[in-house]
Amino acid sequence: MITAVQKPFEEIYRMVEASGKLLILGCGTCVTVCMAGGEKEVGILASTLRLACRERGSSLEIEEATIERQCDREFFDPVKAQVLGADAVLSMACGVGVQFCSELFEGKRVLPALNTRFYGTTVQQGLWSERCAGCGTCVLDRFGGVCPVARCAKSLLNGPCGGAQDGKCEVDKEIDCGWQLIYDRMSALGLLDSLMEIQPVKDWSTGRDGGPGRIRRQDVEL
Amino acid sequence: MKEGNGLKAGSNLERVFQAGHFAVTAELGPPKSAEVEVVHTKAGYLKGVVDAVNITDNQTAIVRMSSLAAGLLAMREGLEPVIQITCRDRNRIAIQSDVLGAYALGVRNILCLSGDHQKFGNHPSCKNVYDLDSVQLIGMLKEMRDDKRFLCGEEIRNGKNAPLAEPRIFIGGAANPFGDPFPVRVIRLAKKVRAGADFIQTQCIYDMERFEEWMRQVRERGLHEQVKIMAGLTPLKSVGMAQYMRDNVAGLRIPDQVLERLSKAQDKAAEGIKICVEQIQRLREIEGVAGVHIMAIEWEKRVAEIVEKAGLLPRPKV
Repeated sequence: MITAVQKPFEEIYRMVEASGKLLILGCGTCVTVCMAGGEKEVGILASTLRLACRERGSSLEIEEATIERQCDREFFDPVKAQVLGADAVLSMACGVGVQFCSELFEGKRVLPALNTRFYGTTVQQGLWSERCAGCGTCVLDRFGGVCPVARCAKSLLNGPCGGAQDGKCEVDKEIDCGWQLIYDRMSALGLLDSLMEIQPVKDWSTGRDGGPGRIRRQDVEL
Repeated sequence: MKEGNGLKAGSNLERVFQAGHFAVTAELGPPKSAEVEVVHTKAGYLKGVVDAVNITDNQTAIVRMSSLAAGLLAMREGLEPVIQITCRDRNRIAIQSDVLGAYALGVRNILCLSGDHQKFGNHPSCKNVYDLDSVQLIGMLKEMRDDKRFLCGEEIRNGKNAPLAEPRIFIGGAANPFGDPFPVRVIRLAKKVRAGADFIQTQCIYDMERFEEWMRQVRERGLHEQVKIMAGLTPLKSVGMAQYMRDNVAGLRIPDQVLERLSKAQDKAAEGIKICVEQIQRLREIEGVAGVHIMAIEWEKRVAEIVEKAGLLPRPKV
C-alpha cells in the first residue's frame, strides 16, 4: 500500500482556516489501512478542527465524506455535489488522490492533509515499513525477495556498506540492514553463491530519473 | 599512453607495491573552509613520511574542500594524492568527468567508496545520489582505464579521429572487516577485486583477532595475491575519543582491553601512539598485509612519529 501520515495539526489549520466551507474527504483504500486518512481519521480531524475553530473564533464550516478511492474517477460520483458546494477540499488521500481530485474539479482548491511516505506494509499495529521504491525494473529475483534499492539506505546492489552492525542500518538502529536481510534470506534459500555475482550498474530511467512516469498499453486500450 | 613498464597507472604508490615494499599512506582531511594553509600545514607533516596521502571526500558527509582540490594542493607540496570519490554526491556523469579532470591534473590514485550517509553530516536533509555503488565505481574506473571506454560504451576520445586519451588510474577500494554480516565481508572484497581494485584500504583496526580471522578468509580465497591490502589504523588520542568512536562510528569495534590500556596510561596520547606502533609491527607479520594506511584524525602531525617508531622510515624512492 501507499503509506502516509497526517500533517501536523497547526499546518493543516493554517492551510484551511480561511476556506469558508470545507469538505474533508477521506479515502477508503491504502490510507485507511495505514490509519491516516480513512473515515475514522476524517471524523477525528473534523472534530479537532471544529474545536480549534470555536476556540479561535474562526467561522469555518466543515463537512465530512469518505469515498472508496480518490485515484479513480468513478468513486467521486457520490460526493460530486458536496465537492462542488465546498470552497475547498481537504483531501486525506495520498498525493495521488489529492492531485486526481484536483484534476477532476477544475477551479476547486484541493489541499493535502497527509504527508505521503512510501510503498510499504504494516509490520505490526502502529508500525509500517517500506518495501518498494518503485524503480521500474524489479530486481527481487536476484536478492532472495528482499529489495536492496528500497531497503538499503544507499541502495547498494553489491553488498552491505561498512556501517551495518548487528543487523541494523547505520542510519537508524531501528531499521534492519537490508543487506543483513538479503544475506539471511539467500542463506536460507541456499543461494549464497549468487551473492558473488557483480550486479551491473542499474538503469534508473524506468523510475523517477526517467522523468514523470507513464505507462501506455495498447493491448488494453479501448 | 600506456606505461611500458607493466604499471597500470605508474603512481608512486603502485611502484612502491611493485618493488615489494611495505607501503605507508596517511589520511589528510581537507579543511571545512577555503583555507589553503590548513592543507599546506598538514601536507608539511606528511611529506617524506608516506608514499601517498589519501584525501577524504566530504567524510561523514560534512562539507569540506573537495578531495580533488585539496589533493592538488597536496601535490604542489610534493605529496602524491589518493583522491577519494564517494557515490553519495555524484552520478556516473559527474564522476567520469571528475576522473578525466583529475587525471589531466596529474592524479594517479583514486579510492572508490560508497560514502557515509548524509544523515551523519551537516546537511542531513539533502538528497543523495547513489547512482552507482562502490563495486560498480571500481568497475567503471577499470573500464575507463583498460577498455578506454566510458560506462556507456563510447570510446574515450575527443572525436572520431582523435587519439584515445583514457585516465590511467591506480584503483583503490575499501573493506570493513568489522561490519556485519561478517561472512559477506570477504565476499564483498572478492567482488571489489574482481571489479578491478588494485589496492584496498581497511576500516581502522582495533580488534586484531577479528582482523586476523578476516585475513585468514582473504588468504583462503587467494585475494591477497590479487590485490594490495593496506591495513587501516587510527591512533587514539584519548579515552574520550576511543569511547566516542566505539559508540558513534558505524562499523567500528574497539575491544575493552584497548580502552583499559588507554585509561590506565598516564600520557594517553603517547599510549595511543604506542598501541598504533605495536599494531603496525603485528600487522607486518600477517601474510597478505601489503601496507598500512594511517588515519590520524586531525592529528596528522603525529604520523611521522608513528611511521618512524614502526621502523618504516625512510620511505623508499622508487
